[in-house]
Amino acid sequence: MSRRLEIPAAIAVGELAVRARGIGVQLDGKRILEGVDLDLHAGEVLALIGPNGAGKSTLLGVLSGDAALTTGTVEIAGVPLGDWHLQVLARQRAVLAQSNAVAFPFSVAEIVEMGRAPWRRTPLEDDDERAVAEAMELTEVTRFAERAYPSLSGGERARASLARVLAQRTGIVMLDEPTAALDLKHQEAVLRIARERAAAGDAVVVVLHDLNLAAAYADRVALLADGRLHSAGAPEQVLTAETIAEVYQHPVEIVRHPRTGRAIVVPLRD
Amino acid sequence: MTIPAPARARRGRAGLLTLALLVALVIAALLSTGTGQLSASPVEVLATLLKQVGIDLGVVPEGPNVEAALTTIRFPRVVMSIVIGAALAVAGLLMQAIFGNPLAEPGVVGVSSGAAVGACSAIVFNLTFFGEWTVPVLAFGAGLAVTLLVYGLSRAGGRTEVVTLLLTGIALNAFCGAALALLTFLGDTSAREQIVFWQLGSLNGSLWQQVLVVLPFVLVGLTGAAFLARRLDLLALGEKSARHLGVNVEVLRVTAIVLTALLVGAAVAFAGIIAFVGLVIPHLMRMILGPAHGPLLITSTLGGALLLTVGDLIARTAVPFADLPIGMLTSLVGGPFFFWLLRRSRKRAGGWG
Repeated sequence: MSRRLEIPAAIAVGELAVRARGIGVQLDGKRILEGVDLDLHAGEVLALIGPNGAGKSTLLGVLSGDAALTTGTVEIAGVPLGDWHLQVLARQRAVLAQSNAVAFPFSVAEIVEMGRAPWRRTPLEDDDERAVAEAMELTEVTRFAERAYPSLSGGERARASLARVLAQRTGIVMLDEPTAALDLKHQEAVLRIARERAAAGDAVVVVLHDLNLAAAYADRVALLADGRLHSAGAPEQVLTAETIAEVYQHPVEIVRHPRTGRAIVVPLRD
Repeated sequence: MTIPAPARARRGRAGLLTLALLVALVIAALLSTGTGQLSASPVEVLATLLKQVGIDLGVVPEGPNVEAALTTIRFPRVVMSIVIGAALAVAGLLMQAIFGNPLAEPGVVGVSSGAAVGACSAIVFNLTFFGEWTVPVLAFGAGLAVTLLVYGLSRAGGRTEVVTLLLTGIALNAFCGAALALLTFLGDTSAREQIVFWQLGSLNGSLWQQVLVVLPFVLVGLTGAAFLARRLDLLALGEKSARHLGVNVEVLRVTAIVLTALLVGAAVAFAGIIAFVGLVIPHLMRMILGPAHGPLLITSTLGGALLLTVGDLIARTAVPFADLPIGMLTSLVGGPFFFWLLRRSRKRAGGWG
């Protein structure tokens, strides 16, 4: 069997899915990231948070192989990112980019089917239909499956693109601000899906702006500030009033949800 | 595996359209071969054709020179129009896919005039280092250079804006036009005539020998394009997403550019600049079938062949005793079509996006 058709082994729950060490990125002489260490384990949801320009998306770009490293190393399932065959890597990790423009008027169903491209000519090709149907159900895009993607609203596009990423059925899922264009119901739905994937043993890393979503759904959060990893750990450890006030430069209060006990971040308002 | 109903409908439509185009192409080719100053019925044309491959039906065209005219003049010309029409349409489809923009077309962005500069310099400077292949090879080389140039100049941040693409095209067309003018100035009378012929585009005087030179170029181009079709679909998601799905975008891009230059170079080498085929045909097919490149490739190949076959028939017969340049005809039809496309894409983007 040629290497291109290899199916990567599943990563056991709790094992390292992504390991990043000493990540540094410079663009045009400007430091974007410096000395970032990050681990992502199978079976957890890791949220990347931080103010605008802190380097969240760049860090996700580094993990997905989009952004070029100045220093440091990234390993996926113990193998350096650069040593992966692109097609095999596409069966190990899926990425939802921040902007998802499509050049030609493909239908939503066609877009979601594209998520199955990496599995072509492998035995798992037989799952194509089920994977596509399931992903479309989960993201509630089945209703407009035959509509042309460019004719959709921003939120509908975001869900269709998410469906494509879910249909890829990879052990590692990377989502860059998947909730940005979505209404309340679908924001919750996306993170619920992320949780379900983690419960099934997948590793999920997601860039989020909404600290409350991060607090409610993430197993761990990594807080970036000015290109460095400020702190990482369980939400209740990282999301303290002092830390957030310092990093975001705005005073906040942390209240506990009366029923779940999860942290809720409330900006101080006059 | 069961196929969902809409996908099945799409496939059915592609099959039907392929069949219709194929039938139309055969009819057009037979009609075109039999029409002209010496005419023959489709049956006589078919019989003559079969006789060439060793099947004698016993039907011979009436008139002393008709059979000879068919085999030495008409057949190569019709075959040339089929081959070049297919090449131009697929070249347009490939360019649109790698630019992610339905307005990209070899004629519009200057690739055709670039290839013409290459071909014309071979004539003006009497270059013959590749024998009869010199003209197409130089056309390919110059076309490749211009394609790479357009690509490099009109892309920013991984996407091509309509304005940048068209302005780059204007600049390159102007530059190549000046180069052609310079070559016209340098050349002798016969070279000048040939250059003018190049700029207008014509299938007049196509020979079997030329068909045999063009054909391998085009076959390589079409076969290569067929291998890329699925990956070109994924490229519509953008370079990053395509890479996340396992596509080596750099390799795909370079391959598609080389294939485009091959197809355009082959077409321009013996027929000159025939613009807008690569714009009109893929666009029509996309309107009927949707944007998936597999079915688009097959139908565009046939559609381009059909368009040029019919176009050449009109060029030869519209004005008695005159052979109109076909490049002029395609531009007369394609120009307004381009305007319409441009206005529509402007309206959609809410400005010159």
